[in-house]
Amino acid sequence: MTTPLLSVRNLTKHFARTRGLFGGGGDTVRAVDGISFDVFPGETLALVGESGCGKTTTGRAILRLIEPDSGEVMFDGHNVLTLAAEPLRQLRRKMQIVFQDPYSSLNPRMTIGAIVREGLIIHRIAEGAEADKRVGQLLEEVGLRGDYVGMYPHEFSGGQRQRVGIARALSVEPKFIVCDEPVSALDVSVQAQVLNLLQDLQRDRGLAYLFIAHDLSVVEHIADRVAVMYLGRIVESADGAALYREPLMPYTQALLSAVPVPEPGAKRERIVLRGDAPSNSMPKMGCVFHPRCHDPARDAECAKILPPLEEKSPGHVAACIKRPPVRNSA
Amino acid sequence: MFADLVAGTRRLWAGLPLGARVSLVVLAILYALALAAPAVAPYLPSQQLDIVALKDQAPSWAHPFGTDRFSRDLLTRVLYGARVSLSVATLAVLMSAMVGTAYGLVAVTAGGVVDSVMMRLLDAMLAIPRVLLLIALLALWNPVPLPALVAVLGLTGWFDVSRLVRAEALSLRERDFVVAARSLGTGTVRLMLRHLLPNVLVPVIVFTTLGVANIIALEAGLSFIGVGVHEPVPSWGTLFFDGTEAFVGTWWAALFPGMAIITTVLCFNILGDALRRVLDPRHFRSA
Amino acid sequence: MTGPLLSIENLRTYFYTDAGVARAVDGVSLQVSQGETVGLVGESGCGKTVTALSILRLIASPGRIEPDSRIVFEGKDLLQLGPEEIRRVRGNRIAMIFQEPMTALNPVFTVGDQVAEVARVHDGATRREAWKRAVEMLDRVGIPSADERARDYPHQMSGGMRQRVVIAMALMMRPALVIADEPTTALDVTIQAQILELLRDLQRTFGMSLLLITHDMGVVAETASRVVVMYGGEVVEQAPVDRIFASPHHPYTEGLLAAMPRLGSARDRLLTIPGTVPPPTEWPSGCRFRDRCSYAWERATEHPALSEIAPGHVSRCHLAQEPQRRLQPHEPLAAGRGAP
Repeated sequence: MTTPLLSVRNLTKHFARTRGLFGGGGDTVRAVDGISFDVFPGETLALVGESGCGKTTTGRAILRLIEPDSGEVMFDGHNVLTLAAEPLRQLRRKMQIVFQDPYSSLNPRMTIGAIVREGLIIHRIAEGAEADKRVGQLLEEVGLRGDYVGMYPHEFSGGQRQRVGIARALSVEPKFIVCDEPVSALDVSVQAQVLNLLQDLQRDRGLAYLFIAHDLSVVEHIADRVAVMYLGRIVESADGAALYREPLMPYTQALLSAVPVPEPGAKRERIVLRGDAPSNSMPKMGCVFHPRCHDPARDAECAKILPPLEEKSPGHVAACIKRPPVRNSA
Repeated sequence: MFADLVAGTRRLWAGLPLGARVSLVVLAILYALALAAPAVAPYLPSQQLDIVALKDQAPSWAHPFGTDRFSRDLLTRVLYGARVSLSVATLAVLMSAMVGTAYGLVAVTAGGVVDSVMMRLLDAMLAIPRVLLLIALLALWNPVPLPALVAVLGLTGWFDVSRLVRAEALSLRERDFVVAARSLGTGTVRLMLRHLLPNVLVPVIVFTTLGVANIIALEAGLSFIGVGVHEPVPSWGTLFFDGTEAFVGTWWAALFPGMAIITTVLCFNILGDALRRVLDPRHFRSA
Repeated sequence: MTGPLLSIENLRTYFYTDAGVARAVDGVSLQVSQGETVGLVGESGCGKTVTALSILRLIASPGRIEPDSRIVFEGKDLLQLGPEEIRRVRGNRIAMIFQEPMTALNPVFTVGDQVAEVARVHDGATRREAWKRAVEMLDRVGIPSADERARDYPHQMSGGMRQRVVIAMALMMRPALVIADEPTTALDVTIQAQILELLRDLQRTFGMSLLLITHDMGVVAETASRVVVMYGGEVVEQAPVDRIFASPHHPYTEGLLAAMPRLGSARDRLLTIPGTVPPPTEWPSGCRFRDRCSYAWERATEHPALSEIAPGHVSRCHLAQEPQRRLQPHEPLAAGRGAP
């Protein structure tokens, strides 16, 4: 059993949503409400959920791009949340991020060469001609041509810009990258290119990924393990194959069945959830999902008891009181 | 790097509508004339030529703008006036732009309490009517030396830029590329200079062009009421003041300085508007 | 009325920009029959949105619909109508649903008002009548407690709810044709499923035709009966939905289908289409897909016409005349440069 590269415990982040003229009477939006997970070296953990579930906030919180309210984030033996400014800056080399929107993730006034070079300069990895060489190599590694260095982001397509963002992340030689919906804004054929690239890079450089996404079909290809988030909590987590084969949480089942399948006439049991996701600011009573739950086993208990996240079968945890937990047998 | 600048300038020119191009050329000529005034002007500004024969002469070939009651050639005075008016206005606005941008950026970067305090201070300063303040200050400090005038104008005009810059910078700060820079470990100063500043420049550039127009008019107004530039230094304002004193008989003395002011203000306004349109969408729009 | 409800014939919409002429839509012909759902599929830059906007003549300068384009709807050429007449068509006989519900709704008016306004404008209904009809429609599109929610403002509603409001607005006048431009792309997967189901139900109830524009083949498989694939401003393939998935002809369609990540497929590496979509100012001469095509041969310099592969199935590809070339796939030209 290897030690995890990243270990998150009880991470919490609430946002105050102020009402009224002077900010009185505000609700708190519990964007991330006490989640825990591990990421091992060289593997991909996918964090899946719909908008508002807190996955993006989680990704940024573990890198301390947003300051979490409480919890613990251990990365490579360091406690990220308590590091001082300088050691944090150095640690930043090892943990990087790739963003969702190719149109706002690159500084429009910098050439892509300068964008990729910045990390090298800040961390004094290389300078001058040596830096130029590395920038060229990085661009080629992500499938762009070295002579693109003098061009500006607006001259490139979405897919190409994503590659620049990836090159930028790679420039400081990280061990771990948070991929925040890196392909959601791209066309299908371009998605495939970028996903393949990410997989190749992982293999060649031994990278670990926290892959944040809302599209379960994309995630199946790239993830070793999958965690499903709903309203700020992890509600299910398992090995990739196990989750797809046997989703335990009614929410996960609904998510899977909602993915449109490119097979006309495929009559599937489509689970269509009723209603919308309620806002994260309502006080939690019982299972957060129960108002929309379609599972036949749902009953009054679900409204009262907050289901703990427990192991239902080896390596597979879920938060549902209607699924029997694994018996602690000898 | 240099090639970039050339290419960028060419693109800029290509994007400007005709009116703006004309304005730019006119302004370039005015500035050039102002710079070269000593070489170009036929006489000296304080030179009193033939006190009797050349007093209050209407425009003629020898004196295209006429002469004033002190027998001074007005074309010369207008040219020298250009030097004063244009340099005062340009320097004052540049000062405003720099101070305002710096203030706004520092407030945003510092954030939290510092930002709030800085902004409340700014609000307080904005509440004071600028023109009245200027009049009061300059009336007390009479006669005011030119550098001091520039400083006073500059230091009272930066408030709007500051708010503008702060608003831009606030929204910029949330953009992914700034977060990306932070994730790379970029320090605060570099973040401010490399990422925020270049992207807030566009509104500042527009402000600068429109600002010069304002200050020209303002300086003219102040000089007109006697608190700006002083005799014998010619500025368009003082020239205009002189010219209106006996307007009926010597219309040329007010007309030419007045036209100089109007032309400059108009050109800067047209250019500023066009720049606002050309600079923004070009960079942020994409495929 | 016999014949198709909508018939687009040789539509060309060009944009005259500083960077050159962008031939966004370059000779597109397609038809939609009464009650039919047609899926218009393609990726960014293929011209599908511009096609939709052209139908309602929502193209602004520097764009222009070129002469000898025809868009015949209910027997009349929409491109020949005067401004008053086309306004009577918009929102009334043909309605459009856009991708971003937040920007399609006016933030300072209640949703009820916005839906009611459609009736006031087109039918001259009174405020009270229009409001009543609006509430009914909001209820019909599945908004719970419609009479209360009608007084909400757009920012008080979720994305899915807002999209329902937009759909309600579109259907107020019972249009014959609804054009939906990526109606679910901005929504979460579970909400997407709800909206698609709603669209299907409404279509069954009201009998309207639906032109559904999307880049998602999965959405098309579920909702459309016929599929039109666009690339490079042209229609490159058209077929009934079963045939498109079972036997795609055009290499681009093949590539699109192959690149889709699918649940349950064991594949480790996704198949990609090498290269990128060229900009509309620079369509390649001859076959526009040739640099990215695994089968291209010398004939690619000749621009292919649409040929019939089977009844109801057309494809713009030389493989129709020389099918044996399909047995000789090779590396596309684009694979050698830039993107893998």
